Amino acid sequence: MSAADRSFSENARAAVADPQLRRAMHHVKEGFIGKRAKAAARLPEFEVLRDAARDIKDHTLAHLDLYLERYEAQVIERGGQVHWCAGPAEARAAILDICRQAGARTVTKGKSMIGEEIDINAHLEAAGITPVETDLGEYIVQMRHERPSHIIAPAVHLTKDVIEADFRAQHRQFPADRSLSEVPELVDEARQVLRQRFLDADVGITGANFLVAETGSSIIVTNEGNGDLTQILPRVHIVIASLEKVVPTLEDAATILRVLARSATGQEFSTYTTVSTGPKRPDDVDGPEVYHVVLLDNGRSDLLDGPFREILRCIRCGACINHCPVYHTIGGHAYGSVYPGPIGAVLTPALEGIEAAADLPEASSFCGRCEAVCPMRIPLPKLLRHWRERAYDQRVTPGRLRAGIGLWAFFARRPALYGFVTGLAARLLRALGGRGGRLARLPLAGGWTRFRDLPAPEGRTFRSQWAAKKGARS
Amino acid sequence: MAETPIRVGLFVTCLVDLFRPSVGFAAVKLLEDAGCQVDVPAAQTCCGQPAYNSGDRADAKAIAAQVIAAFEGFDYVVAPSGSCAGMLREHYPLLFAGDAGMEARARALAGRTYELVSFLTDVRGVRAVDASFPGRVTYHDGCSGLRELGIRAQPRALLASVAGLDLTELPDSDVCCGFGGTFCVKYPDISNAMVGAKTACVAETGAKTLLAGDLGCLLNMAGKLRRDGVDVRVRHVAEVLAGMTAQPAIGDGEPG
Amino acid sequence: MSGDRERVLGSLRRGLGRGQDATADTAARTAVAQRIDRRQRGPIPARSDLNPAAQVELFETMAREQAATVVHVADPDGVPAAVADYLKAANLPPRVRVAPDPALGALPWDGQPLLEISTGRAAAEDLVSLTGAFAGIAETGTLMLRSGAEHPTTLNFLPDVHIVVLRAADVVGPYEDALDRLRSHESNGGNGGNGAMPRTVNFVTGPSRTADIEQTIQLGAHGPRRLHIILIDETD
Ligand code: SF4
Repeated sequence: MSAADRSFSENARAAVADPQLRRAMHHVKEGFIGKRAKAAARLPEFEVLRDAARDIKDHTLAHLDLYLERYEAQVIERGGQVHWCAGPAEARAAILDICRQAGARTVTKGKSMIGEEIDINAHLEAAGITPVETDLGEYIVQMRHERPSHIIAPAVHLTKDVIEADFRAQHRQFPADRSLSEVPELVDEARQVLRQRFLDADVGITGANFLVAETGSSIIVTNEGNGDLTQILPRVHIVIASLEKVVPTLEDAATILRVLARSATGQEFSTYTTVSTGPKRPDDVDGPEVYHVVLLDNGRSDLLDGPFREILRCIRCGACINHCPVYHTIGGHAYGSVYPGPIGAVLTPALEGIEAAADLPEASSFCGRCEAVCPMRIPLPKLLRHWRERAYDQRVTPGRLRAGIGLWAFFARRPALYGFVTGLAARLLRALGGRGGRLARLPLAGGWTRFRDLPAPEGRTFRSQWAAKKGARS
Repeated sequence: MAETPIRVGLFVTCLVDLFRPSVGFAAVKLLEDAGCQVDVPAAQTCCGQPAYNSGDRADAKAIAAQVIAAFEGFDYVVAPSGSCAGMLREHYPLLFAGDAGMEARARALAGRTYELVSFLTDVRGVRAVDASFPGRVTYHDGCSGLRELGIRAQPRALLASVAGLDLTELPDSDVCCGFGGTFCVKYPDISNAMVGAKTACVAETGAKTLLAGDLGCLLNMAGKLRRDGVDVRVRHVAEVLAGMTAQPAIGDGEPG
Repeated sequence: MSGDRERVLGSLRRGLGRGQDATADTAARTAVAQRIDRRQRGPIPARSDLNPAAQVELFETMAREQAATVVHVADPDGVPAAVADYLKAANLPPRVRVAPDPALGALPWDGQPLLEISTGRAAAEDLVSLTGAFAGIAETGTLMLRSGAEHPTTLNFLPDVHIVVLRAADVVGPYEDALDRLRSHESNGGNGGNGAMPRTVNFVTGPSRTADIEQTIQLGAHGPRRLHIILIDETD
C-alpha cells in the first residue's frame, strides 16, 4: 500500500460508520483480551519471562551483526542458502529467481508479514506464478483481493456471512445448495480446496518467528498446520524473514515462546511450533530438497542507532493491536499500512519515512494499554511520541496544529498573562454556556462540539479565586 | 502544633483552573483534612502535555522548567489528576535526560509528586472520609493514573467510606474514554466512537453518577452524556470525597 | 541477493558503532561466542518441576486441555490393540500408515489381523498415521517429534488422525529438558552424529485448529483433526 492512497482521517471516518466492521471488531475485544489475561494470570512467572524476553532481544540487537553472521554460517553448513536483501526489490528478485530456477508454477505460502511488506504476491503473479495463501485468514483476504487487517488474524474484519458469500462465489466446484453458514463448514471447505494446492505446489514460502544463530534454524509458530504442509510438501522451501528475528539459542527461543502464544491468542502454547534446519537429510523420506532464507533489512539496520531500536524487539504477537481501543474502533485497513495498530504506527514511519506516515503516530490517545500488554515491554507510546517530535521538528506536523500549539505555549509560558487570558475565557465561556451550563457549538472547536457538548466553566478560574482568598486572609 | 506541618503545593491543573475550580477547593479541603498545609504557587499554568504530546519538545521543556521552579520549596506536590501527576512523575525526568542539573531537579520533583487520591491513601494513610453521597455511582479509571501510576484500589477504598454511596463497577473501566488530549479534536470520529462505547457501559451500570479522577476524561464523558441526553451526572471524585457537591455537576446548568 | 550482504552488514555495523573501539569489538565477539556455547536457560516455570509420575500426569492434563486424547498401555505390546480400539470407537476404517520406525515395526501387529498396516511417508489418501515421539513436554502437554528416516514429517500433518506413541519415560518437564535430550541424541549418532539439528523438529500441542473466522476455535484446519496419544507406562 503506498502512502498516496492513505488518507487516515477519511479511512477512519468511513470505518467508524461501517456497521459490518463494527460487528466484526467486536470479536477482537471478546476473543483476545480475556484469554490473554487468563493465560498471563495462570503462569506465575509471566512477568519475569517478559523481562527475560526483553533482555534476550536487547542483547541480540546489540550484537545483531555477529549473530546474523553466525546464523548464516550455520544455514550454509546445513546445506541451505542465505540471501541478504537491503530492500523489498532485492527480496522479490531473490524469491523470483529461486522460483524460476525451480520452474515453479504455483507457490504455497504460510503466513508472513514480510511477504506483505515486500508485496510478493503481486510480483509472483506478474511473473506468471500463482501464489496460494494457505493460512485460512490469509486465504480469505487473498480471495477478496484485500490485505490482512491484523497481523495474526488477517480476516478479523469480516463476519462469517461475508466469508460464506465469498466462498459461494469462488468455490464453484461444490453444490450450490450446500449448507455453509457455520464456521465448521467454512473451515472444512477451505481445507478441502487447499489440500490439493498443498500437494501441487512447487515452492513453499513461510515466514519465521525466530531464526536461531546457534543452529541455523528457522522457527514458525502456527495453529493450523498450514505452515508445515507449506514447507514439507514442495521441493523448495523459502523462508522470508527480517533481520531482527534472530535469537542466540534454542533456549532463548523457548523463553520468548513462553510469552508469545499467551500474549497473542491466550494459548499456553501454539499448536505447532516447528524448527526447520536446512533441506532434508540424505536418509529422510520427505521434506524439501532445497532450503533458502531471504533475509530482509528494509530500513531496520538504520534503527539500531537511536530511540527506535526498541521496536526491533517486537515478536509480532499482536497483543498491542488486540488491546488498542483505536484499532477496535477503526479496524486494520484504515491505517493504510502493512502493520496496523500501535506496532504499525511505530513501525510504518520507520519503514516508509515520517513524511509518508505522519498521521499514524497521531492516531493514539496515549492510553498506554499497548505497552501494558506488550510481552517485549516495548514502550509504544513513548516511541509514538518520538515520531510526533520528529514530525514536529521536520515541520511535517500540519501548520494549523503547530500554530495552535505555539500560541497556547506562548501563554502557558507566561503565568501572569495566562491567568489574565484564562480569566477572560472562563467568564466568556460561562456566559456562552448560559443557564444550561454547556456549549453545543464553539468556533474553532468543531472537533469537540460535533459530537459532544462542552461543559461550561464555573466562571472564575481557581487561581484568581485563590489569590483573592489569600489576599483576604493575609 | 507539635509537628512541623506537611507543606503541599497544589498543582491545580489547567483544566480544573479554567473549567472547574470547585475540584481545586475540594482538593484543598481533603489535603487540609489530612493534616497538610496547602499552597498554590502562582507561577503555574499547565503541565505541558499539549506541547509534549504534539511533539513540541522545546515548549514542553520550557513549561516543565517553570513547574519545577515553582514547586521546588514544597514537601509534596499534589495534582487532582492522574494524567498531570503522571506527566510530572514519569515524563519530566525524560524531558531533561542528558541535562544533568535539570534532570536531577526533575527527578526530585517527580519523587515528591502524587495524584490527589493516592497521596491521601498512600502517603497520608487516609482510610476514610467524612462525607455522604447517597445513591449508586460508577467510576472510570483514567488511563495515566491507572497505567502510569497504578491507581485503582485507592479511589475505590475511599469511596467505600462515603456514607450512602453504592459503587457499581463500570464494565471496561480500564479502557480509554477517547479523550487523549489533542487526540479528541484531531480524530473526532474515533474519539466519539470511543466515548460512545464508554457512555454505553456507564448506562449499563444503572448508576446515576459517574466519577473519575481526571477532568479531561470527565469533560469528554460529560459532554457526550449531555449531548445524548443521558440522565447521568458527572463529577470529579474529589468533590464527592470532600463532601462538596452543592454546585451543579459537570456540564449541568443551574437547577430549575 | 548476496550482493547486499556487505551493504546490510555494513549498515548494521555502523548502527552498532563497530570498528571504533577494538576492545569493545572483541568483547562483543566473545560475548556472542559464550552466549551460544552456554545456552543459558531463562526462567523456567515451576509448574513442571515435579517427580516423573507427576510430570506424566501434568503432560496428560495439559494435552487433554488442548483437545488431544490420551490412553495408557502398560507396555509396548499393548499398542496395536489400543490403536485398533481407538479406530473402532471413532468409527474409522482399520487402516494405518505407520512410521518406518523399527520400534513400531517390532510391535505385535499380528494380534490385530483386521488392522491394515503400511509403512512409509504419508500420502494424500492416508486417513490415519501412527508415529513415535521423541519426547513429551509436561509444561504444556506438548509432543516433540523429530524428523528422520524413522519419522517422516508428512505423517504429522497430512492424515486426518495422528496417533502418537509416547513412552512415559520420555516425558520431561520444561522445553529446555527436551532440547538437552535432543542435543545429546544428535551428538551420539543421531543424524550423522555431527550434533546438528534434524531437518524438522515439530512441537505439537493438540490437533490443528483455527480461530480465523469470528474468533471461533475450530479444530482440523489443515493438519490433523484429531491427535491421539498412546502413553506407554512401562518405565524400563
Ligand atoms: S509491539 Fe509488543 S505487543 Fe505489539 S506486536 Fe510487537 S511484541 Fe506484540
